[in-house]
Amino acid sequence: MVARIVESMPEATSDPAPPGPRSAVRSLLRLWPYVRPIRGRLAGSAVAAVLASSMALLIPLVLKWMVDGPVADHDPSGVWLGGGVLLLLGLLEAGLFGLRRWLVARPLASVEASMRSALYGHLQRLPVAFHDRWASGQLLSRATMDLQILRMFLAFPLVFLVVNGAAIVLGFAILFSQAWTLGLVLLLPIVPLVILCSVFEARYSLAARSAQDQAGDLATVVEESVLGVRIIKAFGRHRSQTEAFRAKAHGLRSTELHKATLLADIWALIMTLPEVAIGAALILGIMQVSDGELSAGTLVAFLTTALALRWPVESLGFLLAISNESATAADRFFEAIDAAEADAAGLGAEPAGALDGVRFEDVRFRYPDAPENTPDLLHGIDLHIRPGETMALVGATGCGKTTLTALIPRLHDATGGRITLDGADIALLSRERLRELVAVAFEEPTLFSATVRENVAMGAGPGGADEAAVLRALETAQCDFVARLPHGLDTQVGEQGLSLSGGQRQRLALARAVVGSPAFLVLDDPLSALDVHTEALVEAALREVLAETTALVVAHRPSTVMLADRVALMSEGRITAVGTHHELLTDSAEYRHLMSGDGERSVAR
Amino acid sequence: MTSVAEQTGQAGSGEEPAGAVDDPIRPPAPDDPFTKDVLPSPKGAQLTLLKSLLTPHTRRVWVATVLLLVQQAAVQAGPLLVAYAIDRAIPALRDGRHGPLILLACVYLGCALASGLLQRAFIRVAARVSQDVLIDLRGRIFRHAQALSLDFHERYTSGRLIARATSDVESLRELLTEGMEELLGVVLSSVYISVILLWLDWKLGLAALFSCAPLYLMIRSFQKRSMVVYRKRSTAIAAVIVKFTETMNGIRPVQAFRREKPNEADFAELNGTHERINGDAILEMARYVVGSRLMANAAISGIVVWGAYRVAGGGLALGVLAAFVLYLRRLYDPIDRLGMFLNSYQSAAASLEKIAGLLAQRPSVPEPEEPRELPGRGGELPGREVLFDGVRFAYRTGGEILPVFDLRIPAGQTVAVVGATGAGKSTLAKLLARFYDPTDGRITLDGVPLRELALPELRRGVVMVTQEAFLFSGTVAENIAIGRPDAGREEVERAAKAIGAHDFISALPDGYDTDVRKRGGRISAGQRQLVAFARALLADPAVLILDEATSSLDVPGERAVQHAMDTVLRGRTAVIIAHRLSTVEIADRVLVMEGGRIVEDGAPAELIADHGRFADLHEAWRDSLV
Repeated sequence: MVARIVESMPEATSDPAPPGPRSAVRSLLRLWPYVRPIRGRLAGSAVAAVLASSMALLIPLVLKWMVDGPVADHDPSGVWLGGGVLLLLGLLEAGLFGLRRWLVARPLASVEASMRSALYGHLQRLPVAFHDRWASGQLLSRATMDLQILRMFLAFPLVFLVVNGAAIVLGFAILFSQAWTLGLVLLLPIVPLVILCSVFEARYSLAARSAQDQAGDLATVVEESVLGVRIIKAFGRHRSQTEAFRAKAHGLRSTELHKATLLADIWALIMTLPEVAIGAALILGIMQVSDGELSAGTLVAFLTTALALRWPVESLGFLLAISNESATAADRFFEAIDAAEADAAGLGAEPAGALDGVRFEDVRFRYPDAPENTPDLLHGIDLHIRPGETMALVGATGCGKTTLTALIPRLHDATGGRITLDGADIALLSRERLRELVAVAFEEPTLFSATVRENVAMGAGPGGADEAAVLRALETAQCDFVARLPHGLDTQVGEQGLSLSGGQRQRLALARAVVGSPAFLVLDDPLSALDVHTEALVEAALREVLAETTALVVAHRPSTVMLADRVALMSEGRITAVGTHHELLTDSAEYRHLMSGDGERSVAR
Repeated sequence: MTSVAEQTGQAGSGEEPAGAVDDPIRPPAPDDPFTKDVLPSPKGAQLTLLKSLLTPHTRRVWVATVLLLVQQAAVQAGPLLVAYAIDRAIPALRDGRHGPLILLACVYLGCALASGLLQRAFIRVAARVSQDVLIDLRGRIFRHAQALSLDFHERYTSGRLIARATSDVESLRELLTEGMEELLGVVLSSVYISVILLWLDWKLGLAALFSCAPLYLMIRSFQKRSMVVYRKRSTAIAAVIVKFTETMNGIRPVQAFRREKPNEADFAELNGTHERINGDAILEMARYVVGSRLMANAAISGIVVWGAYRVAGGGLALGVLAAFVLYLRRLYDPIDRLGMFLNSYQSAAASLEKIAGLLAQRPSVPEPEEPRELPGRGGELPGREVLFDGVRFAYRTGGEILPVFDLRIPAGQTVAVVGATGAGKSTLAKLLARFYDPTDGRITLDGVPLRELALPELRRGVVMVTQEAFLFSGTVAENIAIGRPDAGREEVERAAKAIGAHDFISALPDGYDTDVRKRGGRISAGQRQLVAFARALLADPAVLILDEATSSLDVPGERAVQHAMDTVLRGRTAVIIAHRLSTVEIADRVLVMEGGRIVEDGAPAELIADHGRFADLHEAWRDSLV
């Protein structure tokens, strides 16, 4: 499974060749679970379409009857009868056309929506490592463009492949019953058409896949240029950014043009060959009529039927093209869906109740995509944080502190060793439960598009947090600015709301971490954006909260370390020293260097 | 201190890449067009936009039209030839003349080949046109989004911009690739068939044409209703996209705070709204198809009965009736296709309307029409003089941030700006970097107003390093080279070395060529800030602004940066904003801000001796150290 994800990772898009042999039909068949709920209506829709097409084929027969019968016999009542039948068939045809669409209108919209929900729900639960690898533009293009293609496929090409196939078979039956020799002539071009279409299918689906991937890449560039707009502006790099965009856009354009060329060729064939056959049948038919072997009415009816078949035959070209495009869209959709969800359930273990704090036992970690020749990022972390203790984690920039904090709520899974909370192995807890026990505040304080109240309360357990708890948490984090927001606690913040400063967001994130009085707290450099004055206030308030909480705090500065009872020094993927701030200042040159910037530089490097 | 000023621009180490950092609090108006995703655009803007997109390709559009014109002629000849065969070739053959038959065979074959080849040529030309139009539109959106000022980006949200550039462009793609052929095909075949019908028998022909009148009325009403639906749909899918990107970009907190279920509920609602509107759109189309088919089939029956009477009465040849009936069905056939065209047209029009609304936004920080250059500096030091001359600034949505403000920073001076959260430090920095223009007054660089500098010239003059250290996909070297794209590898490495980033970059799997989004390219927040610094060094500006640019660095990192700054800032003008006063050690001058005003101004040692606000801050900071 992993191999498959790696192969189809966005970075592999320069080579659009899908892994291994693939068949469009097999890819499309995988849609069945989503289509199943609407199978009845979809089938009904196909039946309605077949019946409607039969009406279209019956109409020429009625015409033949009118021309050969009442018209030739000067029989007015016959003409009225014929006209009545025509009208009836016409009404039926229109009704059936409408029925076909009406039956599937809402169901198809719901298939698209349910696939999108399934994708969204699945992506949210995929490990963070998956998101590190996939550009979000690629995910977005799957959730929007690819799903729209699939809905369109279910609405038209799928039904019409069936209907037009049926129409062709039925039409030929009628043709043969009228004049079998002429029918044979029309059958002739089928063989070359089938061969050419299959050649076309292979080439077109490659082009379609790479166009879809390129569209995803393009979405990624757009997204980055929007997210990084400050930097682009600060350096005035609009032009080079635009250049990068143009290059990608031009890549997509040439793939689309290549697709169009393929399509043009197949259209030409599909239009020409049957027309030549009809021409041949016409000439043969005329000779037969002049020899008296065939009635003029039969010839008219035959040609009417043949011409009525022209659309079903011609449509095969683009139906195949769309089907191919849909198959690659389905492939792209399932690539994301197939990515293994983190084993969500766990074994339902619970912390034993024994107060034991947090233990790391020989914990190892390497990123799944780390090159093979590199050592583990964390190799053999041993650390015990006693119940109620606050431990500061100090280490040089980039030594793996943030990675270590991500292991506790299992945003990443340790690749070796074990971590226990009050004696329970976190690998055995369900993620849901684990994340209830552990609250975190990240270095990058992300607020969601929701009210201040919701943003803070989401840190609490399943019971939620009442207003008093939220206010208490805000007080701890010194969020007095909330009172002055236009709607106080109910002010919308986040991307779709009010923009707050970095320091304000960091304080809200901190409030969110402490609101539920969690048993375990992980804080990653939580005060970096605060000014000295505010920092001192937050620290004083935090100390009270931390008195009963087992906490791990990543610290870059002496002031943050002061929150902690003890300090763990991390160096090259291990914990090299544990002790109080003053002990380490005396004993460890590296620690002194990290805290004051003086002393031996080489140690930290 | 006003309450608004208190809440304003404050810095932090927030690196949330999304649009919102560091900016003042502005209550969104209840019917803010940004909130509802309906930016104003002049009436008919979508048509004007479409026209302007197609105009450069007028010639190709004509070529495509002519190709289709001839191709349709070839296709429409079929039934005519059948009529000819029945009325002429058969009797001729009975008389022993083969001429008409041979002629018929040749013409039929010729038409078949022509229609195929012309179709092929048409598809290729049409694809060229539509791809060129799309690339033009994509480019316009992209360039325009880049040109728009920061205040726009902070309000529009990244998700919506992405929706404009992806799903809205996609609907134009559908219109162009499918719709154009539909429309041209429908128009041409209708004209041809009408002419042929009138020529075959003008009475029947007129009857057929009149039967189209009610159809026309129906199409009009369909068009009106579907426009409403498609507008709603475009807004609905944009809302879905916004939620989707927000979740995927914030996946860590989403998982850590168990947001999956509540998110799913929110998403289900947005997705459900889209589903409902999408269903409405499909049903609208279904109604149209039923109605139009019904009218067409009724018309056919009537005309056939009348025709049959006339044949019976001897007023009409049998062959003519046969051909007439064949053409008649073809006349009405394109109605469905017309519906499909209208469908894609409405969908594209709704999208174009939104895109036009985006394109109609004018940058609030426009490029000058007649740009000026900075005066040459000869062999002197790189710094330039900065002057804030009677500057007043208020955010567009209200609340004055900087009351009238004067400040002169001589060339080469390093100024530290300190003050509590909300004092207006970041606003000052953003004005100097021209992220915003002052409401009144002007800011000059060596006497030249910032407003009058062309962008490249401005960025040679002023560069700002923010606390937000976003990395673009690409290698580390490419990320540094954003500072100066023409810099060679040596210069990139020199900048990295100067700031103390060289060691960690060299330790990455591929060194400077490590892709930051791929294997082993994980870079910590502190390291990202170092990369951002290296970028700024490489840009080599006359004035360097550092806005909380060291917040995520540890103490040794900060020391290394300060050490580097000693050399880097020599002779350069610099404005440094930091909470941690360690920065002050390298400053020549300190400004203390409060409520948008400068309350203390002087050399660091002077201010400490004065026992004012700065002395207090400095003492608090000393206490926070070991």
